[in-house]
Amino acid sequence: MTSMPISLKAPSKLQVRDVNFYYGEYHALKNISLDIATNMVTAFIGPSGCGKSTLLRTFNRMYELYPGQRASGEIVFDGKNILSPRADLFRLRAHIGMVFQKPTPFPMSIYENIAFGVRLYEKLSRSSMDDRVEWALQQAALWGEVKDKLHQSGMSLSGGQQQRLCIARAIAVKPEVVLLDEPASALDPISTLKIEELIYELKKNYTLVIVTHNMQQAARVSDYTAFMYLGNMVEFGDTNSIFTNPSNKQTEDYITGRYG
Amino acid sequence: MALNPKPAGIDWRYLRRRTVNIINLTASVLGTLFGLFWLLWILWTTASNGLSAISWQLFVQATPSPGNTGGLANAIVGSLIMVGLATAIGTPIGILAGTYLAEFGRKKLMADVIRFINDILLSAPSIIVGLFVYELIVVRLGRFSALAGACALALIMLPVVIRTTEEMLRLVPHTLREAALALGAPRWKVITGVAYRAALNGILTGILLAVARIAGETAPLLFTALNNQFWSVDLTQPMANLPVVIFQFAMSPYKEWHALAWAGSLLITLSVLALSIFARTLLRKTRMEQS
Repeated sequence: MTSMPISLKAPSKLQVRDVNFYYGEYHALKNISLDIATNMVTAFIGPSGCGKSTLLRTFNRMYELYPGQRASGEIVFDGKNILSPRADLFRLRAHIGMVFQKPTPFPMSIYENIAFGVRLYEKLSRSSMDDRVEWALQQAALWGEVKDKLHQSGMSLSGGQQQRLCIARAIAVKPEVVLLDEPASALDPISTLKIEELIYELKKNYTLVIVTHNMQQAARVSDYTAFMYLGNMVEFGDTNSIFTNPSNKQTEDYITGRYG
Repeated sequence: MALNPKPAGIDWRYLRRRTVNIINLTASVLGTLFGLFWLLWILWTTASNGLSAISWQLFVQATPSPGNTGGLANAIVGSLIMVGLATAIGTPIGILAGTYLAEFGRKKLMADVIRFINDILLSAPSIIVGLFVYELIVVRLGRFSALAGACALALIMLPVVIRTTEEMLRLVPHTLREAALALGAPRWKVITGVAYRAALNGILTGILLAVARIAGETAPLLFTALNNQFWSVDLTQPMANLPVVIFQFAMSPYKEWHALAWAGSLLITLSVLALSIFARTLLRKTRMEQS
């Protein structure tokens, strides 16, 4: 259904080629191919159940946890196929971080939340760990709000702060790609705005992929948008043309709110 | 202008509903009072008889021979040793088994079988456990011993710890595990670093309640540790313990022994009460943190 991959304004970080995904017998993704541009924001939109989260979760092989779920095809990252059984999952997840729909602070202090991930890969001295925690919190625009209570529980923060803590935690391990699975859908409008501003800041250093239900959000934050429907990639292109001049009737119906 | 105008006259359906409600409410309140009445009576009898028998001698002197004065010191120490040893044996095994069931044993036949057997063990009469350990250890060693007593208590404790560990780990939201895995953490690190921390208070509560349960067990100790009139901390010898001392002293014809049995009952009741209250505060703290 998709035409040839469109030409991107930036080199591609992830090359997705003919990816199919199955939940047991159910065919959830059908021959998906697209490129994720480096240091840009790519948004996946579409109605519930269209496969956008499923596609996102193939990028770090999150589905691996559940028996019966499998993917075929190729997702090339750094010259290697992520979906290959030989791929090093831990290395992969160090390079491709993820933030979930519901904030998921670990039941430990704000400081420990961030140090947890860093300790998996690096042995840092106390002072360099302090620096790293501060750096990550600053990147996530949370430092000012928590710098005096780093040793309080991460669960004591508000929902929006918790989500930024999760972003800081993902960034602290210095990934190249950050996957955001509806990162603002459980938050109030002000927190959502902060997350969106943060996404805009983060793309200077990271490649971001965001799944969202909110079309205005996709239009605001993303450079490229993929519209998915029933497991198919209906249309993929730069966000401007998808929202102002969609070439596909289904895309147009969806973004103008005629269904979905 | 009401959408549903009230029918004129008496609304029989409403009246019936209200009557049924009143009857059921009264019945359940009476039921609660009936249950509480006996419980309070037992507590009152224990407290009034036990308090008068409690003195400093209780904690420093060993159980007396008939007609003499004495205390319960050897039984208190014996109970502490055996319950402590049972906890040391039962807790790690229980936590490991519970972890297997919750983290690795979903939708696996082996886990279902273990879960089923564990449920049977959970409701097995403690005297059966006592007889089992009697056959397994006492008969082979040729004598009653504190070690056998601790093993019997550990076996009673084990299914409780397994069950609560599994249930508390299942309550940990799956998204938390996914978040840790998404950072690239290996499975064992996700369990020990994140899941255990989230379930810590719940697991501790389970252990405390299990300790409270074995603290008062008599039947399994009758077949294993038996009793000891004298001071002994030798694990390979019979050892005094509160429940069996209470059992024997209460059955005896001696007045002094009766008083000591009451004092022992009160001690066990109070320690179980303290453990339960501590366990509940732990659990409440967890609930408040999660909400």
